[in-house]
Amino acid sequence: MHSITFYHGAFSFLVVLVPVMTLILVWLVCEGPAIDWIVFGGMAEVEAKEAGSGARQILVAEIKSIARGQYFSDPAEWKMQAAGRFNELRTASSQLMVMVTIGCGLGLISLAWRVVQVDFRARQRVEAIVEMLLIACSFAAIFTTIGIMGSLFVESIRFLRMVPLTEFLFGLNWEPQIPMREDQVAAEGAFGWIPVILGTLVITSVAIFVAVPVGLLSAIYLNEFAPRRIRAVAKPALEILAGVPTVVYGFFAILVVAPAITSLGASLGLQIAPNTALAAGGVMGAMLIPFISSFADDALSAVPQSMRDGALALGATRAEAMLGVLFPAALPGIVGGILLAVSRAIGETMIVVMAAGLIATLTVNPLESVTTVTVQIVTLLVGDTAFDNPKTLAAFALGMMLFLVTLAINVVALRIVRRYREVYE
Amino acid sequence: MAAQSSLTTSKIVEASLARRNRKQVYLQILGITAITFAFLMLFILITSLLVSGYRAFTQTHLELNVYLDPDVIDSEGLPRGNFRKLLQRSIEGEFPEVTSTRERRALAKIASNGAQFMLRDKIVEDPALIGESIIIKFPTSDPYDQLNKNLVNRDIPEEYRRLSDQEIAWFDQLEEMGKISAPPNWALVANADSRFPELAGLKGALVGSFWALLVCFLISFPLGIGAAIYLEELAPRNKWTDLIEVNINNLAAVPSVVFGILGLAVFIGWLGMPRSAPFVGGMVLALMTMPTIIIAARASLTAVPPSIREAALGVGASRQQVVFGHVLPIAMPGILTGTIIGLAQALGETAPLLMIGMNAFITSAAGSPFESATAMPTQIFIWADSPERGFVSRTSAAILVLLAFLITMNGLAIFLRNRFERHW
Repeated sequence: MHSITFYHGAFSFLVVLVPVMTLILVWLVCEGPAIDWIVFGGMAEVEAKEAGSGARQILVAEIKSIARGQYFSDPAEWKMQAAGRFNELRTASSQLMVMVTIGCGLGLISLAWRVVQVDFRARQRVEAIVEMLLIACSFAAIFTTIGIMGSLFVESIRFLRMVPLTEFLFGLNWEPQIPMREDQVAAEGAFGWIPVILGTLVITSVAIFVAVPVGLLSAIYLNEFAPRRIRAVAKPALEILAGVPTVVYGFFAILVVAPAITSLGASLGLQIAPNTALAAGGVMGAMLIPFISSFADDALSAVPQSMRDGALALGATRAEAMLGVLFPAALPGIVGGILLAVSRAIGETMIVVMAAGLIATLTVNPLESVTTVTVQIVTLLVGDTAFDNPKTLAAFALGMMLFLVTLAINVVALRIVRRYREVYE
Repeated sequence: MAAQSSLTTSKIVEASLARRNRKQVYLQILGITAITFAFLMLFILITSLLVSGYRAFTQTHLELNVYLDPDVIDSEGLPRGNFRKLLQRSIEGEFPEVTSTRERRALAKIASNGAQFMLRDKIVEDPALIGESIIIKFPTSDPYDQLNKNLVNRDIPEEYRRLSDQEIAWFDQLEEMGKISAPPNWALVANADSRFPELAGLKGALVGSFWALLVCFLISFPLGIGAAIYLEELAPRNKWTDLIEVNINNLAAVPSVVFGILGLAVFIGWLGMPRSAPFVGGMVLALMTMPTIIIAARASLTAVPPSIREAALGVGASRQQVVFGHVLPIAMPGILTGTIIGLAQALGETAPLLMIGMNAFITSAAGSPFESATAMPTQIFIWADSPERGFVSRTSAAILVLLAFLITMNGLAIFLRNRFERHW
C-alpha cells in the first residue's frame, strides 16, 4: 500500500467536493446576469428606453419587483409577461442547478469508487489537488488586481467616449451636475479634473507639512535620545494614533479642529471657510505622524552601529552624528516612507468626505474650501448605480487616475526602500 | 610645536563645544516638542470624544402615571389603539392649568415620539393591564434631554433656543416633582437606528459589522493562509511567483475607496448582488484584508526554524505533510495575530462600505448577511451627518464603542502573541 488510508478517504472527499462546490459557486454568480440577459436583452420595449439615462435600470428594477409580487395598480401587460418569464427562468435555473450538481456529484462518487483501490497512489493525488487549491488561493490577489483594473478601465473608456480625454485631463472646470431630465435647468456639466487634483494636492501638502517635521523629529528623538522607558511607552502609544479609524478622524475634524481654526482665524481677522483645507489636512497630518515616525525609526535603526560609533569616535556630538551621518544614511528609507505617506494622503477618503468641501475651486489657498478626488468619487457614486451617464462614469475616471497615481508613487517608494535595504544588509 | 598645535585644536574644540552642545539640546527639545504634539493630538482626540460622548450613556426619562382607559384602547383591535392620546392625557394630568390647544400640543412633545409604541408593546404583552393605572418611564424627546444635560443655554433670548421659557418651566416643574430621571441609556445598544436621537441605537450597526466581519474572515483567512503556504513553502521561485508577490505588496497600498469602486462595479453592477448587504461588504473587506493576512502569515511561516522541516523530511514526510503537520501548527499563533489585526482594520474601514451602500437608513437589525444593514463606521458617518443635536453625543458614544472593540481585538492579538510566541 502506497498511502495511509486517510488519503484514500481524503481523495474521494476532495474529488467530489471541489468540482461540485466550484460548479455551485459559478452557477450562483452567473445565474443573475444570465437571466437578466435572457429576459431583458432582446426586449424591444427596454431597448427603446435605453436612450434615456437610467430608464433601463428603473424598468428592470420595476419588472423584478413585479416578479416578487410587489406592485400597485395594473402594470402593462408586457411587463407582467416579462416578470412571469423572469420567475419561470429562476425556478428552472435552481431546479436545473440541483439536478446538475447531484448528477455531477454521483458521477464523481462512482469515479472515486472505481479508482480508489489498495494499490492506488492516493497521497500523490491528494497532494496534487491540495497544491492546485493553494495555487488558486495565491491567484486570488491577481484576480483582485485584474478586477480593479478591469472595472476602472471599462467604465473609464465609456466615460471617455462621452467626454474627450483632453477635456478631462486639462479642463479647468469641474461641475459634474448634468441635467437628469430634458426640461431640467442645470449647468451643462464640465469634467476637467485639474481643480479636483489641485484641491487634493493642497490638502496633501497641508498634511505632509504637519506630519513630516513632527514624525521625523519624534523618530530622531525616540531613536537617539529618549530613555528606554519613554521609548517603551511612546512607540505603542503612537501605534494607537495609527490604529484609529479614519471616520473617527473625520468626526474629530468637524467637531473640534475646524471650529477651532475658524474661531482662531476670526480672532486674527481672517475669513476662513468652515470646511477649510487646513482642518482636513491638519487632521490627516496627525493621522500620518505615526506612519512617518515608525518608517523613519526603522530606517534609522537599520543604519549599522559601526557608522554611529565611527562618528562618535571622531568626536561628534550625538546630535552631529545623527544629523551628519545617520540621517543622511537613512535618507532613502525615510524618503520612501514619506512617499508612501503622500500616497496614503492622496487616497484617504473619510476625513476629506467629512471635513473638506464639495465644490471644486481652482485655488491653492489652504484657508478656502477645496475638494479632492476621493470626495468626488464618493459623492458621485453613493446612492447611484446607473452607470450610463457621464456624472457617474466620471467617478470611475477619477478612480482610475487615483489608482494610477497612488500605484506609481507606491512602486517608486517600495523600490527606494528595497534598494536602500540591500546596501546595508 | 606639535604639542602646541594640539593645544590650539583642543582650545578650538573647547570654544565651540558649548555651541555644539547647545545645538544638541535644541535638537532634543525639538524632538520632545514633536512627540508632545503627537500625544497632545491623541489626548485632545480622546478627551473631546469622552467629553461629548459620555452624555449619550444616560438618557433623560419621564415617569408618568398612565391610566389605560378601556374607552380609548380598542382591546379588539390590538396592536392598534390610540396610545398617543393616553400619553397626552397623562402628561396633561400633571399640568391641569394648561388648556389652550397650542400649549397642549407643545406639552405632548415632552415625551419621545417612540413612547406611544413602548406603551403599545407593554399592553400587547399583557392585555390584562387595560383598565388599570400603571407607572411607566419613557425617554423624553431630544430637546428636553439636552436641557436636562445642561446643553441648553437658559440665558440666551427665547427665540434662539429650541425650547421656549414656558417649556423649560414645565420641565423644571416635572423635575421638582421628581418625575425626571436619567438612567443608563440601554437603548444605545438595544435599539437599531432611528430618526429620533433619543431612540437611536447601535444594534443594527453592530449586527451588520458582525456579519460583514464574519464573511470577511471566512473568505480572507483560508485564501490568505493558502496563498502564504504556497508562496512560502511550496512555490518555485520564478516570474509568476515574483509577479504575485509584487502584486500583493501593491494591493496592500491601494486606497480603500478603490476597493469600494471594485465592489460597486463588479459585485453589484455586473454580478447583480444586493446593495447594502453585509455579505457584499464582507467580500470587499476580505479583498482588502487578504494582503495583510498573507504578509503576516508569510512572516510567521518564515520564523519557523528550518530544523523542524528538515527533521520531518528526514523521517520521510512529504512536503505537504511537513507543512500541514508541523510548520503550520507552529506558525498558527502568529498567523492568528496577523488575522485579528487585519480584521480590526477591516472593522474600522468606512469608505468601501459607503460605496456599496451600507450607509442606508435601516431601522431593524439584519437577520442574515444578505439583508440590508449598516456597519459601525458607516453608522458613525450617518450620525455625524445628522442635524439633530442629540446625534453629536451619540456619534461620540458610537466612536467610543467602536474604539472599545478595536482595543479589545488588538489586546487579544497582543495576548496571543505574548502567550504563544516561541523563541528558537
